[in-house]
Amino acid sequence: MNVARVIPCLDVTNGRVVTGVTFVGLRDAGDPVELAARYDAEGADELVFLDITASSDNRRTTIDMVERVANEVFIPFTVGGGIRTLEDARSMLRAGADKVSVNTSAVQRPELISEIAAEFGVQCCVCAVDAKRRVDGRGWEVFLHGGRTPTGIDAIEWVADAVRRGAGEILLTSMDRDGTREGFDIALTRAVCDAVNVPVIASGGVGTLRHLVEGVTLGGASGVLAASIFHFGEHTVAEAKAAMSGAGVRVRPA
Amino acid sequence: MTAPLVAVLDYGIGNLSSAQKALVRVGADARLTRDAGLVVDADGVVLPGVGAFGACMDALRGAGLESVVHAAVESSRPFLGICVGMQMLFDGSDEDPSHSGLGLIPGRVTAIPDTVRRPQMQWNELCVRAADSLFAGLPATPWVYFVHSYAARPADPSVVVATCDYGSELTAVVRRGNVVATQFHPEKSATDGLAILGNFVNSCRSTR
Repeated sequence: MNVARVIPCLDVTNGRVVTGVTFVGLRDAGDPVELAARYDAEGADELVFLDITASSDNRRTTIDMVERVANEVFIPFTVGGGIRTLEDARSMLRAGADKVSVNTSAVQRPELISEIAAEFGVQCCVCAVDAKRRVDGRGWEVFLHGGRTPTGIDAIEWVADAVRRGAGEILLTSMDRDGTREGFDIALTRAVCDAVNVPVIASGGVGTLRHLVEGVTLGGASGVLAASIFHFGEHTVAEAKAAMSGAGVRVRPA
Repeated sequence: MTAPLVAVLDYGIGNLSSAQKALVRVGADARLTRDAGLVVDADGVVLPGVGAFGACMDALRGAGLESVVHAAVESSRPFLGICVGMQMLFDGSDEDPSHSGLGLIPGRVTAIPDTVRRPQMQWNELCVRAADSLFAGLPATPWVYFVHSYAARPADPSVVVATCDYGSELTAVVRRGNVVATQFHPEKSATDGLAILGNFVNSCRSTR
């Protein structure tokens, strides 16, 4: 039986959680360990930490953060952002991350996925995909660098390829919806879920609890990821789960 | 009361430190080690595991720990296998048929039928089939976190103490004497998981 996961996403830079719509408007939102513990207490099923600067000189800071989280929080968590090599993945997993997510580097060098899967198993290897609907409406295109760089690559084909290479989970973000609070791109989510047999996490566009429900019931996602509705205190994870449960989606009770 | 010494076998694969950290949290003096002497001195032994069956068996053997595991199990001290650490206790796995397992529990590890998404990467409810000290004080249906594409099929069904439902009924916990093993990750299963590890640690206390 499928049990949908609710996954708060925390953007981090220099070992701190930050929030903001743009890089310019970043605001310090607190200590990663404290926030992670709070979400755990509210019933979060997993956490995703995205290192949004991910320059090589703050790698050590991120590893320290991962270690601190792993010492205190006993739910699974994924670390993404700037995982460019097998060595990067290794250092995050050794520090205590359960999974790493790869995005730009995997598109540029898809072997990275097979390397991580071969050494650590497919369950460690999340392929994050930022997709945007093509102007002509025919499918979706993969974008890199946080949605700034077009690739010409078809998102559905890339996701299928990534899974063939060993990705054990897809973290799918709609660039059209990200930050809009209009809800997930359901057609995109459905198309990706139909294309692969690994779990798919829907991301981008959550503005209401109803959207979380739709990601699962209409999109077919195994989990739903959201940031702002949780960070700014609009809703707790427990409220999200109550809404999902009320709509007939099976979740772990908060 | 001194904290029981729990040896967490370190054969250099993936994220093994999470199990050690969680055991420390519930009161054990848990140490990641491949030192046979320390394992002999320990009150309990934990065999964690993530990744592929064959890679884990290779790494375990490469670290010289196969005989250490057998000795620990024969010593009748509490022994806990986690995830692939559970699967390795069986005779072998369809994931890597060329590798033999540890043969401590008769049976094989087979793929979850592909009528469902794999891996099972989610929280799921345990269906407890037989009373076990591992579940002392837990809710009737504990929630725990699974990540696996393969599951054990013990030759003797009476070793199964808990299952979960994921398209079909999957083995979640087995017990054979002093050996207990979980397909899920107690170290990643929040309150219920920590309680399960706490019960294991308590069983290590009573061996002294």
